Amino acid sequence: MAKEKLTGSEILIKSLLAEGVDTVFGYPGGAITPVFDCMYDYQDELKHILVRHEQGATHAAQGYARVSGKTGVVIVTSGPGATNTITGIADAMMDSTPMVVIAGQMPSSMLGTDAFQETDVVGITLPITKWSYQIRRAEDVAWAVARAFYIASTGRPGPVMLDFAKNAQTEVAEFEYKKCNYIRSYNPYPNINEESVRKAAEMINAAKKPLLLVGQGVTLGGAEQEIIELMEKADIPAATTLLGLSSIPSSHPLNMGMLGMHGNVAPNVMTNECDLLIAVGMRFDDRVTAVLDSYAKQAKKIHFDIDPSEFNKNVAVDLSVLGNSKESIAAVTALVEKRENKEWLQMFDRPKAEEKSKVIDVEVAPESGPLKMGEVVSRVSKYTNDNAVVVTDVGQNQMMGVRYSKYSQPRSVITSGGLGTMGFGLPAAVGAKFGAPARTVCLFVGDGGLQMTLQELGTIKAYGVNVKIILLTNTVLGMVRQWQELFFEKRFSETNLSNPDFVALAAAYGIKGRRIEKREELDEAIEEMLQHDGSYLLEAVVAKEEMVFPMTPTGKSVNYVMLNRDEIYKL
Amino acid sequence: MEKLYTITALSENEVGLLNQISIIFTRRKLNIESLSVSASAINGVHKFVITTVCDEAMAIKVVNQIEKRIDVIRAFYYAEEDIVYQEVALYKVSTPALLEAGDLERLVRKYNARILEMHPVYTIIEKTGHTEETQSLFQDLDKYGVLQFVKSGRVSITKSTIEHVDKYLESQEQRRIELEEK
Repeated sequence: MAKEKLTGSEILIKSLLAEGVDTVFGYPGGAITPVFDCMYDYQDELKHILVRHEQGATHAAQGYARVSGKTGVVIVTSGPGATNTITGIADAMMDSTPMVVIAGQMPSSMLGTDAFQETDVVGITLPITKWSYQIRRAEDVAWAVARAFYIASTGRPGPVMLDFAKNAQTEVAEFEYKKCNYIRSYNPYPNINEESVRKAAEMINAAKKPLLLVGQGVTLGGAEQEIIELMEKADIPAATTLLGLSSIPSSHPLNMGMLGMHGNVAPNVMTNECDLLIAVGMRFDDRVTAVLDSYAKQAKKIHFDIDPSEFNKNVAVDLSVLGNSKESIAAVTALVEKRENKEWLQMFDRPKAEEKSKVIDVEVAPESGPLKMGEVVSRVSKYTNDNAVVVTDVGQNQMMGVRYSKYSQPRSVITSGGLGTMGFGLPAAVGAKFGAPARTVCLFVGDGGLQMTLQELGTIKAYGVNVKIILLTNTVLGMVRQWQELFFEKRFSETNLSNPDFVALAAAYGIKGRRIEKREELDEAIEEMLQHDGSYLLEAVVAKEEMVFPMTPTGKSVNYVMLNRDEIYKL
Repeated sequence: MEKLYTITALSENEVGLLNQISIIFTRRKLNIESLSVSASAINGVHKFVITTVCDEAMAIKVVNQIEKRIDVIRAFYYAEEDIVYQEVALYKVSTPALLEAGDLERLVRKYNARILEMHPVYTIIEKTGHTEETQSLFQDLDKYGVLQFVKSGRVSITKSTIEHVDKYLESQEQRRIELEEK
């Protein structure tokens, strides 16, 4: 018996359902209307979240993916709909986030004619996607969707673009869904080389001062437990990258904190003291390494990653171990000796203590003066029992947000790492709430970044999304201003903001809000925010002169750390 | 040390691969010296041969980035001594000028070139070889004025005794069979 024929649009919806998709973020438009028409019949199975701008759809899908581990899905129209997704796609590529973007396209017969809302979407997205494909026939829809999900979610995850020609949406084809688990030219499950595992264990056993660098690859590989077992067995201190932050609990005694330009002093300084660097699922980004010429030259280096193109890309290593972090770390742990590194661990005490007294205490527990960002963040973390999903925008709010939050479970930090996308925060928080409805989602955002994707307050209103927005208002573009003060002779070029009444603005969207300026109001306001059943905007007014420290300025070594405006950490 | 590397990539027959591969060079400000795309010995698999000047560390990075593209099966880089390579050059020269010089037979013998067509107005000569040879013939012919000159990209074959792509495809086929059995 011949199989029933369905339209390409219906095949798309059924294929998404077959992939286990229940939530998509999108925005309709001319060239994708047949798909949205079909979605009308599947409202019970496939929840579509109508965002207020396509960029918001991509960041929401990223937030959703990062918190849940599932692939985020975006459906938009052609032309401007598709080009508005570019920032989110580039962001997802940099931060290895699984995402499938489906964009409408002119019918195949009109391609190349500069038709209304036609753009070369595949051409534009090639450099910023794992795979980009134009679907021109209804027969290819199921195949392309299956392949898209397989590519986006396996190996080193990333975004995939499906450019969906309108004729393929309306024409019919037989539907049979076969999940993709094999592509000849792509192997996302490389076998772990036993020899390199044995060598890695030997190097770890021989090391006196090992340091573990934990990147997002640990979360993506689901290797949180394995990494802790390695740390504990061989008594190795660990430092995380920005995206690796929540893969180890903040409270773990071997967790030495965050690496990078505004990371913790101890792990940055100790990078140039250790005798073995063990990097797992991280890519030696310049914000982590600072100047490469003086980066950990004294140390031997092992790099664990699933993406072979990361090996020796920025930092030459002595040994690379290709594979899934869960498997490779477990294999190495089985071969390492149980030991204690007391003396080495004690070396972290001084930088840690100095950062606490000179940076953290000053930021978190000031006795007078205006509210401080770190103070607000650490108090929110306290009242959420370090259990919230911390979403940030980009800039000072981001660094303060991640530095002064504590984490007790994986997948708790959602921030734009590699691309540094201002405006990421609000839509990502919306997506995170859909991805983890049972968790409290706290967004730390500045008054600059909030106004980049402010329209998503409309999405919050429409769906009654419960996100706690902690707006750190300093009426300036703080991070740029910080650089202007430190490196551009206080020439504050174009970094002043003239702000609207944010609380009134939130109220216009039916979101409860409150503005605080005084220290005495802080605890009570946070409690009110957390107890409120629904979204809440807490605007904390902070000083525009505030800066994020510690800081390793561009052009300096990883162990050159400014503790404040005047003091450099003495090695 | 910078030198000429030959980078080869074997890929599935998918639209847009040339673009995917060429942007990897563009992004690193590498000039593509020559490029040729053709069928390979494996049915349905295309072969890209690209030459570029860079150091070995960069050649490795470029190969890794090319291989990262989903539809690329494998990519490799080679120094000159690792491969046998050729390029084809065509020259169009004025027939009267050539005949007047009386040099045609000597040049054809010296370079092991071929005359493809001789017309009262023009003569078309073909030369297969390395760049130095095709360039040298160009200079000799240019004394009489070369009207048109065109050269193909490099085509190359490795001197290796192991066919790495075949091995890769065999292991992938094994993986496919295992997945199917599951």
